[in-house]
Amino acid sequence: MSAAPLLKLAGVHTHIGAYHILHGVDFEVPAGEVTMLLGRNGAGKTTTLRTIMGLWAASQGTVVFDGKQIGGPAATPDRAAPSQLLTPAIAAQGIAYVPENMGIFADLSVAENMLLAARSARRLDQLDTARLEWLFGLFPALKKFWLYPAGKLSGGQKQMLAIARAMVEPRRLLLIDEPSKGLAPAIVLNLIAALRDLKRTETTVLLVEQNFQVARALGDRVAVMEDGRVVHRGTMADLAADEALQQRLLGLSLAAHQ
Amino acid sequence: MTSATSAPAVAAPTAADSIPKRRFDLVPVALVVVLALVAWPAVGSSSTWFTLTVAGLAMGMIIFIAASGLTLVFGLMDVLNFGHSLFIALGAYVATSVFVGLGGWATAPSIGINLAAILVAALAAMLVAGAFGLGFERVIVRPVYGQHLKQILVTLGGAIVGEELIKVVWGPAQIPLPPPEALRGSIVIGDATVDKLRLVSVAIGLVVLAALLWTLNRTKIGLLIRAGVEDREMVESLGYRIRRLFVAVFAAGSALAGLGGCLWGMNQQIVTPQIGGQVNVLLFIVIIIGGLGSTLGCLVGALLVGLVANYIGFVAPKLAMFSSIGLMVAVLMWRPQGLYPVVNR
Repeated sequence: MSAAPLLKLAGVHTHIGAYHILHGVDFEVPAGEVTMLLGRNGAGKTTTLRTIMGLWAASQGTVVFDGKQIGGPAATPDRAAPSQLLTPAIAAQGIAYVPENMGIFADLSVAENMLLAARSARRLDQLDTARLEWLFGLFPALKKFWLYPAGKLSGGQKQMLAIARAMVEPRRLLLIDEPSKGLAPAIVLNLIAALRDLKRTETTVLLVEQNFQVARALGDRVAVMEDGRVVHRGTMADLAADEALQQRLLGLSLAAHQ
Repeated sequence: MTSATSAPAVAAPTAADSIPKRRFDLVPVALVVVLALVAWPAVGSSSTWFTLTVAGLAMGMIIFIAASGLTLVFGLMDVLNFGHSLFIALGAYVATSVFVGLGGWATAPSIGINLAAILVAALAAMLVAGAFGLGFERVIVRPVYGQHLKQILVTLGGAIVGEELIKVVWGPAQIPLPPPEALRGSIVIGDATVDKLRLVSVAIGLVVLAALLWTLNRTKIGLLIRAGVEDREMVESLGYRIRRLFVAVFAAGSALAGLGGCLWGMNQQIVTPQIGGQVNVLLFIVIIIGGLGSTLGCLVGALLVGLVANYIGFVAPKLAMFSSIGLMVAVLMWRPQGLYPVVNR
């Protein structure tokens, strides 16, 4: 593990309206690894990702990306340097986000969805072709349906588009929220294969998952959430080997899911 | 790595022909044609029908120009701007002043100079309306983002204040806005007479439409606008400042409203401080018929409203007041989301 983590959350609290969702979230995402964020429904995983992305502002604590604070109130009120960046500025740091609903623009074509995510390209012919070919290799369906309205893709293809879109330009950190949600088991296997290829490029990923099979196949490290806090941090291998721990943290055992 | 995809059977890229193309919904467009054809026997005389149809298309085009900004502003930021009509009134009044200022240009018997006068008036109207749009967004719209009720009250209030300010500058009485010399009267095609000014309006409308479609479909800004209408949070997550885009769209939409006001005033030949209020109702009918946020829907809705108003005005003048509302009721009973509903909304 490298000395300084790429992303570090310390004591993050998030309120949504009158509801207090995150109660002091602490964890780190080391560079070049896949960190899994696990936990039961309602534990605060999605809220954590949205807070990192600045879609909801942290009311306390800090979110630090590569040594720079991107979220949370400032230690000293300084109007010149706001510490909570807005979502576009956070994205500009090199953080890509694949939301739970995938955020596909249904009216636009697959190509237009990709072009939109490439901030440096103004036209389709300005996309990095080598990178595009690499993504087509990972997700062949995208090439086939390139000019097809994205809204007509199947659920699995939409998920692939959402992940490919996040990768259309080199990004430093990928936040992915439950990519296996609602997908058939065979499609989930495809997804795991593609994400494994992605993992080989040493992209740093923070992945929220409910599907333990996906988590075990991809994760290096793991943080488990409960009631808006991180209650367990460790390696994926340790968690995968400890059935009692799984039962206690997630209310499931790996054996039951095989 | 060639993992199988979820795509069934066909794997070769050559099978691209078998992929269904994006199907364009032609039914609303066909409705415009059908409406015109149905009106033909109802009107009776072919020449009258032709005159009415051109007048209806011209009116539709002007309404479209004025309303296009309104529908995009709603689509992008969910902002209901009841002050949009202010920019229409402003455009019309600026045009009257420009015509007075240009003096001989509008009365010269040369069509070139006359068109130049219209061009200068239209540009001035767009510039002033666009600039006021920027100020209106900053002062009146920005504090009430995301609060529909307040938006309606505050923007309507802004429009009332604006209308009074117009009276301060130009006076409460109506001002004549006669079309330039060479564009008065009509040309005769067969038995039908067609107002020259209407043809100019249709031509300007087509230019604006082409520019809008090009911007929306062929540029990155247009791509951002279309994506923003669908899901603005995702556009921000991709790293774009949608606020800035929205301000630009708001100003451009206000400028187009100014252009619409300039053309509307010339077609009416008279400008009154109430012009905005009169057109406002039509604008909202048009963007609701079209599907809130849809540019194409706005165009088709505007053409329908223009045609129906002219046909009904001739066939059953007593129903004229009711025609636009009636059209809206009929369309919404058929398609409750409007002609071209925006996805995810």
